[in-house]
Amino acid sequence: MSYRESISGIGWDERDLRSDDPRPPDRGQVVAGPARPGHRGQSGLSPPSASGSYGVLMPSLLLARLRRALRPGAGRGPDGVRTGSGASAGSDGARSVARAGRWRRRLTRRRVIAGSTALGLAAAAVGWAVWPERTSWSATDAVITVHSGPDGTEPVQLDTTFFLPHAASAAHPVPAVLLAHGFGGTKQSVRADAEDLADLGYAVLTYTARGFGRSGGQIHLDHPDYEVRDASRLLDWLAQRPEIRTDASGDPRVGVVGGSYGGGLALLLAAHDHRVDAIVPMVTWHDLARSFLPESTGRDPVDGVFKKGWAGLFFGSGGMTGPGGLTAPGDATGPGSGPDGTEAGDPAEREPGAGTPPGAAGGDPACGRFAADVCAAYLRIATSGRADADAVALLRRSSPAGVLDRITAPTLLIQGEADTLFPLSEADANARGIAANGTPVRVAWFTGGHDGGNGPQSDQDRIRYLTAQWLDHYLKGTGPAPSTSFTWSRIAGFDALDRGLIASGFTTTAYPGITGTSRVRVPVAGPAQRIANPPDGNPAAISALPFAGDLSALLDRVTGDLPGQHARFESAPLTEAVDVVGAPTVRIRAASPTGEAVLFVKLYDVDPDGPATLANGLVAPVRLTGLPADITAARPVGVTLPAIVRRIEAGHRLRIVVATADQAYATPAEPVTYTVALGDSAPAGAAPGNSAAAAPAPLTGAEVSLPTVAGEPIATSAAVWRWVLVGLLAAIVLGLVVLVAVLRRRHRRQDTSVVAEYADTPLVVRDLRKEYADGFVAVSRIGFEVRRGQVVGLLGPNGAGKTTTLRVLMGLTRPTAGEIYVFGHRLTPGSPVLSRIGALVEGPGFLPHLSGLENLRAYWRATGRPWEDAHLDEALEIAGLGDSVHRKIRTYSHGMRQRLAIAQAMLGLPELLVLDEPTDGLDPPQIAEMRRVLRRYATDGRAVLVSSHLLAEVEQTCTHAVVVHKGQIVAAGAVEEIVGESPSTQFDVSDPEAARAVLDRLSGVRVLPGTNGALVVDTNGTARSEVVAELVRAGIAVDRVVPRRRLEDAFLALVGENSRGSGDR
Amino acid sequence: MAMTDLRRETAPDAAGGARGYRPRATLSVGTEWRRQASRRRTRFALGFMVLLPLIILVAFQFDRAGDDDNGGGEFASLIEMATSGGLNFALFSIFVSASFLLVVVVALFCGDTVASEASWGSLRYLLAVPVPRARLLAVKLVVALGYSLLALLLLAGTALLVGTLRYGWSPLRSTVAAQIPPGEGLLRLLGILGYLAVVLLAVAGLAFLLSVTTDAALGAVGGAVLLWILSSILDQITALGALRGLLPTHYASAWLGLLSTPVQTDDIVKGAISATCYATVFWSLAFWRFTRKDVTS
Repeated sequence: MSYRESISGIGWDERDLRSDDPRPPDRGQVVAGPARPGHRGQSGLSPPSASGSYGVLMPSLLLARLRRALRPGAGRGPDGVRTGSGASAGSDGARSVARAGRWRRRLTRRRVIAGSTALGLAAAAVGWAVWPERTSWSATDAVITVHSGPDGTEPVQLDTTFFLPHAASAAHPVPAVLLAHGFGGTKQSVRADAEDLADLGYAVLTYTARGFGRSGGQIHLDHPDYEVRDASRLLDWLAQRPEIRTDASGDPRVGVVGGSYGGGLALLLAAHDHRVDAIVPMVTWHDLARSFLPESTGRDPVDGVFKKGWAGLFFGSGGMTGPGGLTAPGDATGPGSGPDGTEAGDPAEREPGAGTPPGAAGGDPACGRFAADVCAAYLRIATSGRADADAVALLRRSSPAGVLDRITAPTLLIQGEADTLFPLSEADANARGIAANGTPVRVAWFTGGHDGGNGPQSDQDRIRYLTAQWLDHYLKGTGPAPSTSFTWSRIAGFDALDRGLIASGFTTTAYPGITGTSRVRVPVAGPAQRIANPPDGNPAAISALPFAGDLSALLDRVTGDLPGQHARFESAPLTEAVDVVGAPTVRIRAASPTGEAVLFVKLYDVDPDGPATLANGLVAPVRLTGLPADITAARPVGVTLPAIVRRIEAGHRLRIVVATADQAYATPAEPVTYTVALGDSAPAGAAPGNSAAAAPAPLTGAEVSLPTVAGEPIATSAAVWRWVLVGLLAAIVLGLVVLVAVLRRRHRRQDTSVVAEYADTPLVVRDLRKEYADGFVAVSRIGFEVRRGQVVGLLGPNGAGKTTTLRVLMGLTRPTAGEIYVFGHRLTPGSPVLSRIGALVEGPGFLPHLSGLENLRAYWRATGRPWEDAHLDEALEIAGLGDSVHRKIRTYSHGMRQRLAIAQAMLGLPELLVLDEPTDGLDPPQIAEMRRVLRRYATDGRAVLVSSHLLAEVEQTCTHAVVVHKGQIVAAGAVEEIVGESPSTQFDVSDPEAARAVLDRLSGVRVLPGTNGALVVDTNGTARSEVVAELVRAGIAVDRVVPRRRLEDAFLALVGENSRGSGDR
Repeated sequence: MAMTDLRRETAPDAAGGARGYRPRATLSVGTEWRRQASRRRTRFALGFMVLLPLIILVAFQFDRAGDDDNGGGEFASLIEMATSGGLNFALFSIFVSASFLLVVVVALFCGDTVASEASWGSLRYLLAVPVPRARLLAVKLVVALGYSLLALLLLAGTALLVGTLRYGWSPLRSTVAAQIPPGEGLLRLLGILGYLAVVLLAVAGLAFLLSVTTDAALGAVGGAVLLWILSSILDQITALGALRGLLPTHYASAWLGLLSTPVQTDDIVKGAISATCYATVFWSLAFWRFTRKDVTS
C-alpha cells in the first residue's frame, strides 16, 4: 500500500480539473449573498445538532439507565430490607400504602439531583450544537468591473466576495488580503481560507479570476496585462474602502495569498504593483515553461520534455469550465470528483448554461475559455511534444522568473514535496531570485502538493501558523519579525488511527536550497544496458498519475518500469540511514544510433524485503543530443534528480533507473534502442548483488550525491500532551498522597476512647435509628444491652428491624442516629472492635467453589490473625460436618451451610457472637445441640446475641430477650421474667357461658374479653387449682388448663395472630 | 462438644481490636490472589489466554490447503505476515484479541471481583472481619489488575513462544513500516502490551465501578463490555468529530503507531491520558461509593 493511497482530500483547485463541474469542490456550504451564520459542527453534514448532542447524551443516559437496572433494590420495591418469606405475603392494604408513597419515595433528593443534572447536560449539549456560531466578520458578494488589457481599457467583470471583520471601520481601518484561487477553481474554493484570515482580523477579498466561474474574460495564464492588471484594479478598489488601512492615498496595506495559479499571481502582482506589502505564494511556479518542459541536465525548455499529463489536465479544465461549457450539475459523481463532489451546491451558484449539451455554447470548442494565443501555443506544443521559442516566450511572460528582481514585498514561499507539477526546485529558484534583491524571503516545504494535497494536519497547522505570522508582522505590524528559518517535513508513516499520513517537521536556521548543506555520496554500479524506446511512447512506465486521487490505489500494481525499457544500477546496502533533503545528482552516459535520446532518470529507495519506492513519483526527464552510437564513446552528463525529502533507512539500497518512456511525458515516437551506463567505470568493490550476476559486461559506476540538511525536529503538540500526561500522573500521585494523609489524620483523630461505664459490656445499643434513602424507617428506636454471660434473643416478626439492627452492628450499614458500643468502643463501619465479634448475618456467605474447610481457612486468612487463634478444630466440631467439610460448598444443603456459617462465626472464639436466625434450616436434634452450644459459649464471660422470629427458640436458648416490633422495642428483660408465668390462664371448658358466670363470682378473677371457645382468665393471685375446683364444683367439665406466659401475651398482642404487614410502618 | 479454651482471655489492643488483629494485615494481596486463583472462572480465562494462540496456530495450518484467497485484501496480508515469525505471530494474536477478547477478560476480572463476593454473601463477612472498606477495594483492585496483566502477558508470551517455535525468530514486519530487527521488535511488542494495558485501564475502571454498584457479577462485566462496545460504535461515527476524541475507545488502536518507524507516540500519549483520566474517575467513584454505601447484599 502506498501512502498516497490514503489521501483523498486534495485542497488545490486543480483537483476539480478532473471534474466537469465548476462548482467549488471542497466546501459543503456554498453561500451566496450576505453571509449567513454558520453552525458549529461538521460542515455539510446536517443536522449538526444531532451529532453534537448524541455524543454527550447517549453514554450518560445509558449509564444512568443501566445503573438503575442494576441497583439491588430496584426489582424489589422500596422496602428492600424484607428478608424472610413471611413478609412477602403483602396485603392489599400494604400495597395501597406502598402505592401512596411511591411517588414520594421515587423523588428522593439524589434522584432529583441526578435527574436535573442529566437534564441540564442534555439542554447544554443541544444548545451548544444548535446555537448559531457568531462570526467575527460579514461577507458581501459583488461583481466588480475592472478595466485591464494592454491599454487598461478592456472591461471585465470579476465575481468577488469581500470579507470584512466587524472590528473594521473607517476609524479603525484594517489591512487587507487579496486571496487568489488555483487553476480551475473559483472564489468559493478559497472560502475557508478567507474565513480564517477574516477571523484573524484581515479584510479579505476573494475573487474568481477571469475565464473561470462567473467572471468574464478569457484565461491568459496570469498575464501581466490581464490577470495581474485585474488584481491591480482590485487593489484600487480596496484602497477606496474606508475600512482598509492605506499606506498612502490609493495604496492599501495589502498582502496577496494564493496557491498554484493564485500563487503565481501573487508573485507577478508583487513584481508589477509595488503597493503589495507581503505575499504568500504556495505551490507555484518559477518558470512555467520549465515546469511544463523540464530537462534535468540544465537545458532550455525548447529542449525540454513535454509534461503532457499535467498540461492536458490544465488545458482541458480551462477549456471546459465556464458558461456554456460542459458543466452538468448532475455529473458531480464522476470518477474523479471524489467525496466532495457529491455535495450539493447552492443553486444560485450554478452556471446559467448548466446542462446544455457540449459544444452548444458559442466560442471555439478547441480553446474553451483560453485566450487565443495561449490556446495556440498549447496546441503547437502538444502536437509536437516540443516547444518553439514563441511558446516558451509566452509561458515565460506568465512566469515570475524574469521579474523576481522587482519584488520588494516580503515573500513566504510554501512548496509541496509531493508535487510533480511544480516541484521544490521552482520555489527554490523563486527564493534565490527574490532574496537576491535583499527582500525578506522565507521558505517552507510540506508533504503535500499537487499530488499530495494539503498534507497531514501537522503540516497544515505549520503552514497556517507561518502564514499568519508573516501577515501579522508585515501587514498588521504586530509580532516580531519572522525568522528566515527554513522548515520542512517528512512523511513518517501512517497514522495508526485514521490511516492518514503523519509527518515529522524539522527546522534549520537558514534556507539551504535544494543542494543541501552537506552531501552523502553513495556509489552505484551496474553494467551498460540496452533499453528500447517503445514506438509512440507506449507502453510507458507510470511514475505518477496527475491527480490520480483514488486511482492511485492502483498505482502500486501498475507502477514500475517495463522490462526492456529501463536499466538499473544499484548501490550496496547503506550502512547508515540518510536523511535526504534536496535534489540528488548522478552522472550517466548514453549512446543512441540516432544521436538523441529522451530518458527518465529515477532514484528508488529499495527496501531489501519490501518494494522499491520512487519518492513521490518524481522523475528527472533528460533530452540528450549529440550522442555516439557506442557507449564507450559516450561522455557522462550530470543529471539533477528532483528534490525530495526522504529518509533512506540503513540496509536499504539506492537504485538508479534509466527508462525510455513515461506516461506523464511526451517521448519520441520512433522505436530506438539506446545503451545507457553510469558516468564512470565501477569503483572496485562496488558490485551489488544482482548486477554482478550479469557477469561479462564491464561494470560502470557513479556516485549518487545525496544532499542532506541538519535540522532540529519541530516540537509538536505531542510534546505538550506528554507534559500533560506527566502532569496528570503527578497530580494523581499527589492526590493519592494527600488523600492518604488526610485519611490517616482523620483516622488518628478518630475517637478511640473507651466509655468507661460500658468497658466491660460486650454490647450496648443506644437509640438506634435507621432510615433508608427512600424514606423507609427500618429501625425507629432501639436500645438494649448484652452483658457478659448472657445469651440475648432479639425477637420479632419478619421485618421488625432485627436484621437491620444486626447489619448496623456488623458495620455493614450506617445508622441514621444512635450509637453502638462494643466493650466501650464506639462501633462504626470498619471499627477494629468488630474483630471481637463473630457474626452470622443474613445467612451464610461462602465461596461456592471451595470446600467447607477451605472456606474457613480462606476466611481466617482474610482476618490476618494468627492461625493458633482460630480454634479451627473446635469450630469444625461445632459445624459437625464430618467428611463433608472437604466437599465443595455448592454441594451443601441449607442446613450444612448454616452450621458451617455458625462455625465460621465462632472462629477465633470472639467475645461477642451475633447470630441471625441460627437455627434456620437445622433439624431438631441439631437445633437442640445448637442451643447447648450457645448457652455454653456464654458461660465464661462471652456473650451471644441471637435474633429469631421464633418465640420458642428464644425461650429455650436465651437468658435474656428483646422483643422488637415495627422498629421499636416492645419488651426487654430476662427470659424468666418475661417468659415467666402470666397471671392469666386459659381454660377450655365444656360450657363457657356457665363457667363465665362461675368465674365472675370469684373475687378478683376476671375473664378477659376477646376469646371464644376458651376462656382466658386473669386469676389475679387466686390459685389456679382453686379456680378449677370452683368450676368443677359448679359442674363444669374442664378439659384443659393452660397457663399463659407473659412473652407470648406480649408477642401476640403486639404482633397479632399473624405477622402480616409487619414490615410496613 | 468441647469448649475447652473458652476461658482463655483474648487481649484487646487499644483500638479495641481482638488479639492479633491489625487492619493492615487483613485480606492481604496474597490472600485475595489465592481466593481468586481458586476460582474456575480465573483458571478458564487464563487457560484460554494460553489456548488461543495454539488455536490460531492450528487454524493457520489449515490455511495452507485452501486455495481461496481467504477474503483477500488486508486480512490475507495479515495472515501472511502473522506466519512470518514469532514476533509477528504474537502481534497477530494481540491484534485479533485487543478489540474484544482482552476487553472481556479485563472486564471479567475487574467487574466480577466485588460483585461476586456480594452475590455469594461473603462480602459482608469480609467487612465484618473487619477488612477496612478502602483496603478491601484496593486489594481487590490490585489483584484484579494483576490478573488482567497476567492474562495479557500469558497471551502474548504463549503466542511469542509457539510462534517462535513454529515460525522462527525473525524481524517484526508490518504493512506500515520497514521491518524491525527482532531485538527492537521485542521491545516494540512490550511497548504495545504496555499501551494495551494502559488503555484497558478504562475498561477496568468502568467494570470495577459497576462491580461495587451492583450485586450481579454478570451485570458488572456485561455492563462494562456493553458500554465499551457502545463507545466503539460511536467512535465509528465520524460525524461526531472532535467529540470522538473523548470516547474511551478512540485511542484504543493507537498502539499500531508503535509499528511504524519512527514510533508514533502522539496518539499513544493522548490515549494514555484518556485512559488514565477515565480510570481515575471510575475508580474514585468506586471508592467514594463503596466506602459510603450500605452493604445490603
